[in-house]
Amino acid sequence: MDPTSIPVLGVLIQLVGYLVEVLPDIAPIAIGLAAPIALGAMCGVIGERSGVVNIGIEGMMLMAAFVGFLVAGFVAQTFPATPWPIFGATPALLIGIVAAVLAAMAVALLHAWLSVSVRADQIISGTIINIAALGLTGYFNRLWIAPNPRLGAGTFQSFIPPAELTELPLVGWLLKAFLNQGPIAMSVIVIVIVLQVLLFRSRWGLRTRAVGEHPAAADTVGIDVLLLRYRNVVLAGAFAGLAGAYLTLEATGAFQNGMTTGRGFIALAAVIFGRWTPIGAFGAALLFSASDALAVAIALRPPTGHLGDLLTAIPSEFYASLPYLLTIIVLAGVVGRSIAPAAVGRPYAKESQA
Amino acid sequence: MSRLRGLWAEARPVVAVPLGAVVLAMIVASVVALLSSFFTEAGFDPSLPFKVFVGLFGGAFGGLDHIVNTLVNATPLVLAGLAVGFGFKAGLFNIGAQGQFLLGAVAAAGVGAALNEAPPPLAIGAAVSAGTLAGAAWGFIPGALKAWTGAHEVVTTIMLNFIGASLVAFLVLNLLQAPGFSFARTGDLGNAALPNAGFLSADLGRLHLGILLALLAVPAVWWLLYRSTIGFEVRTVGANPDAARYAGMRPGLLIIFTMTASGLLAGLAGATEILGTSHYMIASYGTSVGFDSIAVALLGRSHPVGILFAALLFGALRAGAGPMQLEAHVPSELVDVIQAVILLFLAADLIVRRLFRLRQAKRGIEAVETATETYGRKLVT
Amino acid sequence: MDDETGALPEGAPALEMRRITKRYPGVLANDEIDLDVRPGEIHALLGENGAGKTTLVNILYGLAAPDEGEILLDGRPVRIASPSDAIAQGIGMVHQHFMLVPVLTVAENIILGDETMTGLVFVDRDEARRRIRALAQQFGFDIDPEARVETLSVGVQQRVEILKALYRQVRILVLDEPTAVLTPQETEEIFAVLRRLAAEGHSIIFISHKLYEVLSIADRITVIRRGKVVGSRVPAETSEEELAELMVGREVQLSVDRGESHPTEPILRVANLRVRDDRGREVVRDVGFEVRAGEILGIAGVAGNGQDELVQALTGLRRPSAGKVLMAGRDVTGASARHLGGAGLGYVPGDRQRFGLVLSFPLDDNLVLTSYHRQPFARGFVRDEAAIDAWAEKAIARFDIRAPSATVLESTLSGGNQQKTVVAREFSRDLKVLILDQPTRGLDVGSIEFIHKLTIAKRDAGAAILLVSAELDEVLELSDRIGVMYRGEIVSISDGSTANREEIGLLMATGGRESGEGATLERAG
Repeated sequence: MDPTSIPVLGVLIQLVGYLVEVLPDIAPIAIGLAAPIALGAMCGVIGERSGVVNIGIEGMMLMAAFVGFLVAGFVAQTFPATPWPIFGATPALLIGIVAAVLAAMAVALLHAWLSVSVRADQIISGTIINIAALGLTGYFNRLWIAPNPRLGAGTFQSFIPPAELTELPLVGWLLKAFLNQGPIAMSVIVIVIVLQVLLFRSRWGLRTRAVGEHPAAADTVGIDVLLLRYRNVVLAGAFAGLAGAYLTLEATGAFQNGMTTGRGFIALAAVIFGRWTPIGAFGAALLFSASDALAVAIALRPPTGHLGDLLTAIPSEFYASLPYLLTIIVLAGVVGRSIAPAAVGRPYAKESQA
Repeated sequence: MSRLRGLWAEARPVVAVPLGAVVLAMIVASVVALLSSFFTEAGFDPSLPFKVFVGLFGGAFGGLDHIVNTLVNATPLVLAGLAVGFGFKAGLFNIGAQGQFLLGAVAAAGVGAALNEAPPPLAIGAAVSAGTLAGAAWGFIPGALKAWTGAHEVVTTIMLNFIGASLVAFLVLNLLQAPGFSFARTGDLGNAALPNAGFLSADLGRLHLGILLALLAVPAVWWLLYRSTIGFEVRTVGANPDAARYAGMRPGLLIIFTMTASGLLAGLAGATEILGTSHYMIASYGTSVGFDSIAVALLGRSHPVGILFAALLFGALRAGAGPMQLEAHVPSELVDVIQAVILLFLAADLIVRRLFRLRQAKRGIEAVETATETYGRKLVT
Repeated sequence: MDDETGALPEGAPALEMRRITKRYPGVLANDEIDLDVRPGEIHALLGENGAGKTTLVNILYGLAAPDEGEILLDGRPVRIASPSDAIAQGIGMVHQHFMLVPVLTVAENIILGDETMTGLVFVDRDEARRRIRALAQQFGFDIDPEARVETLSVGVQQRVEILKALYRQVRILVLDEPTAVLTPQETEEIFAVLRRLAAEGHSIIFISHKLYEVLSIADRITVIRRGKVVGSRVPAETSEEELAELMVGREVQLSVDRGESHPTEPILRVANLRVRDDRGREVVRDVGFEVRAGEILGIAGVAGNGQDELVQALTGLRRPSAGKVLMAGRDVTGASARHLGGAGLGYVPGDRQRFGLVLSFPLDDNLVLTSYHRQPFARGFVRDEAAIDAWAEKAIARFDIRAPSATVLESTLSGGNQQKTVVAREFSRDLKVLILDQPTRGLDVGSIEFIHKLTIAKRDAGAAILLVSAELDEVLELSDRIGVMYRGEIVSISDGSTANREEIGLLMATGGRESGEGATLERAG
């Protein structure tokens, strides 16, 4: 096929038409795929607003995904229960979420200790957490999960919103996109809004921002910088934990080595693209997941005509790389113009000896 | 004897913390193996730590073929470790050795297969060059992105690892796939394969020329860092980019140079691994070199000589992992646990110093103290 | 200036610090220091840089823990382990480097740590604004609580710091070198505020190393040298000479003997120079001047009026957007730092630790930081270690750098020796032009004298020297001619020997135009 024979303008118009056409279908997928990225980004926003870079979100997610899966699996094995009508929840799944969150918080505590108390380089600390998480989950995966192929607690089910809502004109598809989700994905938007309000309106938010911008100033008005950073990093870990739980308890129902596949890092890019605000980061996460969802749509319902020929001619490896490419483009385009919290990455030492 | 003691006194502050971290990690790993055995079919086995280390040590050093295996495993780690360590010296954290390695591997495999009937010097030279250039190109991208746009290399190199893996799959499945095999792979290397020491003894058959290349790279990188003006510039940018600009150096260019050189070394690691050991590339080539190289660079404190020894250690661990799994029935991933724990103790060198009563030891990871400095900030104005 | 000595307030001390001792590795920062401050008293702590003044007040404010000694408030011993303890005891502090969060508003900065709340979670911003407006009115400060701190001038930021303390109802207010960055007029204004606070019964500790200021504001002066109290005086019964001798421990010349300058032809010529800052705002506007061989041109100005960008443009660290720079007749506009260095430019940067040195490198590498690539220190790409060693030995001896060897890390040297490293490197080049940016900031008197003498010697050897400093005293002391920079322009150039402190100060504050609004910087955007 000779590429010059395709009218560029025509294809562009077709592309826009196709996007509008598949939007209602890919919106729920995109919101689901955005959930772990957005939750990871919340972890990043809180940490960086307090002055702690967290490169280890990926590792926290992975650890949470593993522990959540393992605990839920063992509970399901020991106490089988019938799923409830809402979300298909079982005690095993709920306990799994709690375990996942606690696991990520424990890893976050390690990161807090390394970067706040030991004052190690925060990027190194995060990288070590990523390596450690991959190593530990790989080891225990082989030791415990691989010999038990039937281990697992299934997944949460998506909520089916009432037809009256989803059939509303204009907004119906949007409501469906947000409501036709499992419990974790559905909670993301609530978490984002609550964090946005808290960060910019509450005392905690004011102090957090002060500690991330100018810790010495916060210290001199009696704020315990180290304690606040500890609290925030550990709290932020809970969101990485939810992201991990989403992967094994809501999205797939299985654990695989390295299954986070860079989502923790894409989340970091979302933090920067979203200018260190929860809502902005959520928007960025949606952008990244939309590129993924689009690839799904093209595979399932390829467009017709020239556009279809073009899009299906592109190798699948390109679509697989799309979120990563987009992350790089976004980072390259936006970093110079968005300003990080001033004290990010710098450990705070109380008594400076000049 | 007293000379030895003098040498130790000099080396101690630098070497003590890494050594301590390794010893502690071995202890922790034994405890992990021991405790986790409670929950396995085989059940609790108090002699497990002993079996683990017999397996590991025997697998790494118990016989000539095992020692060769250790050296072969260490070779890419020396080169990739130098790649990461060189980046650290410029304050850059190249987590992209994985991608640069893969690109170097696929380029060497492709060119090697294409030239498999050319005279060996030409075929090998072209394949090695292709691999190093591909790695260098994959390192240039994040370097240029950092210098020109401020995009942090930690995120971009990770992204490029994923993209690189997809690119390799695409190349092997489409352009480079050789016919006549039951699975997708590149063609036979023929004359492009690195010569090995098999003519001396059958046990040495895996000992390929890449080992020599890795050994030569150590003094070469050392000289570049400490005896050349470029190395001085690289180290200055790493230690204080503002002062580098003030001194008339060009941080942007140096960042690009460093990342490219780093990618080149990692690409060379990939090339020698393919041309010396694997002999062909597959679509989903599995390697742990990405994280191993970071561990090697950190354990070796970014110093070329330290990196050499750290690479030998991890090479030994990787070589011993399989035999250990056979003998002790402990998953070979235990080596990953050991590695992780070593890194944790390096970061928390405070603990190591307390336990071993070390004083005044240099900070374990001082080489990268500037790595986070330019996070989210445009470096070049 | 010495209009007010006043009667010493009577009564029991509001604050007593007894036998305060603080050791840092290798340094005895405070050695059994005693200090008492009475209600309504302005008590000056005088001492040179590094004498231990800041350590003492950091202990008082809970930022450092004393090794020995006790603190009494109204005769009661108190334990101050953190700033919260200090605030709870009614102690407030205005730090030398302001403790304000630049991206937060004035109101947010003031209430931070002591927030007005609605309920348990949310900040009551209306109430905060109301309280701050009332407080500002009470002291005649014209401050918008909703302005972001980074948009305010240094003088206004200092008032925010004082408001921050008053908001917490302090009884004892510590000010650490509050006048270092102010114009003489702003200094007078802040003094008026301090006198008023003292009259209302506040106790004020005022830290300075400027003798005339201390004599003008203090009720009592305690002099500290090398961590020890060496004397206590009342302004009426002492003199600048006596205080200087107490402070330094020997007789000191209060001003440098800079001798006669014999300028010849112009070497550095700047015409119509325009420079933009990182955010693209034009912060150097149409600047022109010349510096002749054998003279020192000083540029005075409140920090942030474009001096940094001017210096960066002249030293190759920033590209000017318009204009011309000529060095010895050659056009060097927009030339790189490397090129300028080769053409005979030496540059001592204002922030030596950030720009001038690599603290984690050894001393010898720092001594060749700007010449490592040239003969004899390198041949092509290859460093010549022997040549570097030889030069380092020579420089250490000639510039009196106190270091155990040439291979010790720069970070282990004192501030004075660090600056001597920079000076040794830059002054030893084959110089045509020398640019000095606050070359003695934070140094002890001995180092200051040494560097000043070297500067004069370089001048007399024929270098064209440009001295840029926010410290008016230094500019007045060294310059043969003085330019004043205001909002990106050089508003006047006058003769250094006849320059008048007040006049220059007024120019710094208002640019010589309609006065009244003070030196508020426009930094919107």
